[in-house]
Amino acid sequence: MGNIPQDHYEPKPNSTASWIEDRLPIGGLISHLMNFPTPKNLNWAYVFGGILVLFLVIQIITGIVLAMHYQVGDEAAFRSVEYIMRDVNGGWLLRYAHANGASFFFIAVYAHIFRGLYYGSYKAPRELLWIIGVLIYVVMMATAFMGYVLPWGQMSFWGAKVITSLFGAIPVVGDSLAIWLWGGPAVGEATLNRMFSLHYLLPFIIAGLTVLHIWALHHVGNTNPTGVEIRKDSIENVKKDTVPFTPFIAVKDLYAIVVFLIAFAFFVFFAPNFLGHPDNYIEANPLVTPAHIVPEWYFLPFYAILRAITDDLWIMMILPFDAKLGGVLAMFGAIAILAFVPWLDTSRVRSTDYRPIYRWWFLILVIDFFVLMWVGAKPAEGIYPTISLLGTIYWFAHFLIVLPVVGLIERPKPRPATVEEAFNAKHGIGGDSGTAKTDGKADEPAMQPAE
Amino acid sequence: MKPIHTLASAVLIASLTATPVLAAGGEVYTADVDFSFQGPFGAYDRAALQRGLQVYQGICAGCHGMKFVAFRTLTSDTGPGLTEDQVNAFIAEAGYEIEDEDGEFAPAKTYDYFPEVKSAGAPDMSLLAKARPGGAAHIYSILTGYTGEEKEVAGTILYGNKAYPGGWINMAPPLYGDDVEYMDGTEATLERSSKDVSEFLMWAAEPKMVERKQAGVRNMAFLILFAVLLYFSNKKLWKRVKHPK
Repeated sequence: MGNIPQDHYEPKPNSTASWIEDRLPIGGLISHLMNFPTPKNLNWAYVFGGILVLFLVIQIITGIVLAMHYQVGDEAAFRSVEYIMRDVNGGWLLRYAHANGASFFFIAVYAHIFRGLYYGSYKAPRELLWIIGVLIYVVMMATAFMGYVLPWGQMSFWGAKVITSLFGAIPVVGDSLAIWLWGGPAVGEATLNRMFSLHYLLPFIIAGLTVLHIWALHHVGNTNPTGVEIRKDSIENVKKDTVPFTPFIAVKDLYAIVVFLIAFAFFVFFAPNFLGHPDNYIEANPLVTPAHIVPEWYFLPFYAILRAITDDLWIMMILPFDAKLGGVLAMFGAIAILAFVPWLDTSRVRSTDYRPIYRWWFLILVIDFFVLMWVGAKPAEGIYPTISLLGTIYWFAHFLIVLPVVGLIERPKPRPATVEEAFNAKHGIGGDSGTAKTDGKADEPAMQPAE
Repeated sequence: MKPIHTLASAVLIASLTATPVLAAGGEVYTADVDFSFQGPFGAYDRAALQRGLQVYQGICAGCHGMKFVAFRTLTSDTGPGLTEDQVNAFIAEAGYEIEDEDGEFAPAKTYDYFPEVKSAGAPDMSLLAKARPGGAAHIYSILTGYTGEEKEVAGTILYGNKAYPGGWINMAPPLYGDDVEYMDGTEATLERSSKDVSEFLMWAAEPKMVERKQAGVRNMAFLILFAVLLYFSNKKLWKRVKHPK
């Protein structure tokens, strides 16, 4: 399956397993997945992929059962959610797990994305793996947004109105497009209906993309904190650099999953509405606008970017469109730019551990992300729009200027020759026996910067 | 230096703490009040819920409906805990009637719901305690937060209230102190009645809270034990990789 040498599954001749294997190599697939050679030096930043798979499953299962009790409709939607909370057996648990599950899904995906950015997981040969990941994130955002609309509370309604109105900013076709999206002259029952339909569909698109994501991962192999590729020239060398996924990574991931679930359970059982907004317990009312329309926390950084673009900026005075479209372009651009990171980063070193200058810029990016998240929840008045604007400028500057330039001027620290060497050094295992047997040619030239 | 560790935990912690909680407009007064249902082991105080029901029925129900709450749920063990007979007596005394298809009115049954009341333009109370930042404490603060001032704006009388955003509310002070005569003999005061009805409204909004917290304690205990076992399993498993011989 992949390009990493791995022991092959050989069912006993003339056995049932062998009969099946000749027709559908499912045993080989399971064996490949279970024994997949995984770098032995993965740290705790690498556990979020497993957590994400679990949360996709949690969301799909709770969501399917919720859909058995949910009703679409102007009044029916809100009432059916209360019916779920009050009368469906365990309904409160399903709904709170699903609502908080979305938040924890995003906590994990942000950790996963920043881990990828820090360890250069997007670099060759993992560009497609990374881009599929960006696509999953975009579909996740669409799914979460539509899901938040379904209870048809005040924030559902007004959030839907604000976000769908963004499409109205597109020149020429904008107004027609918005009406087409709404299914009518304004956000209403028809809009709710299609949101429900798509909210049920998109998770399966995510599941499909996840299969591609994991397929690509199993073809190229994991990165690791050193950024040095595992040796793939022989099974012996692979075994020196890796451990089989089961049991080593499986148990480690399971431990991380359970710790993550403890935090999740705390919110579900003891603070289930903490991450939500009280206004969403008020039925949708097109005649009453909430004092502050605030999206869910996981959209706030990009919401801040959307609002940062205002008509009084000098750039808006020279651009041939208004700030509304400018904000929409900035918001979608801020997400889309992630897909170009593999080509914006000019450094030949993957792991930021060995990049003495870039690591500080990376830290600023993370801080910037949280500043944008914080300011996204603030009203657009006083100092806040200025902070949004500065945060937005850094977000783009980081990817368009810092990432290409630092890669060219930075002198990276020396890296270990092999994963085994790094692992042995860290755990104080027998001298440098790890590298003695390496013939050097095994290392991909791309990984050794010509300094 | 392991910035990634700090970052991983920072992403988790900051995501949780930097939440928008909640971009409510302006600071409002919240009274310092403790409810029995607070905390991970908190439960509703049955006597308080029964008194709160009396306050709701005697005072609030004139203007505020409660359309998502069924009479039958008043029998909940973790809620007001009335008997079926008491619920029927309550419905009869309150005079709740339901109109059937022929336009005939008949006394409501236990499976019916508190009515929706739209006449006064007052919010439905089924979810009020979850629909306001501050929840039950906010409702208590409104009820006890009247300053006694009044002003007229465009023909409407507004009442000064330090707990209401903006400081002026168009609900006249609903409670003064001796508004209800408690069936359990408790002396009714403004604070007592306000607290009882706030607790009752929390129950009305979140009737499964006690079940939720009980399930939470069981789940957390299991998960923590499971995590400890996995921690040691993982440690032992990796020992031969990290420390061969």
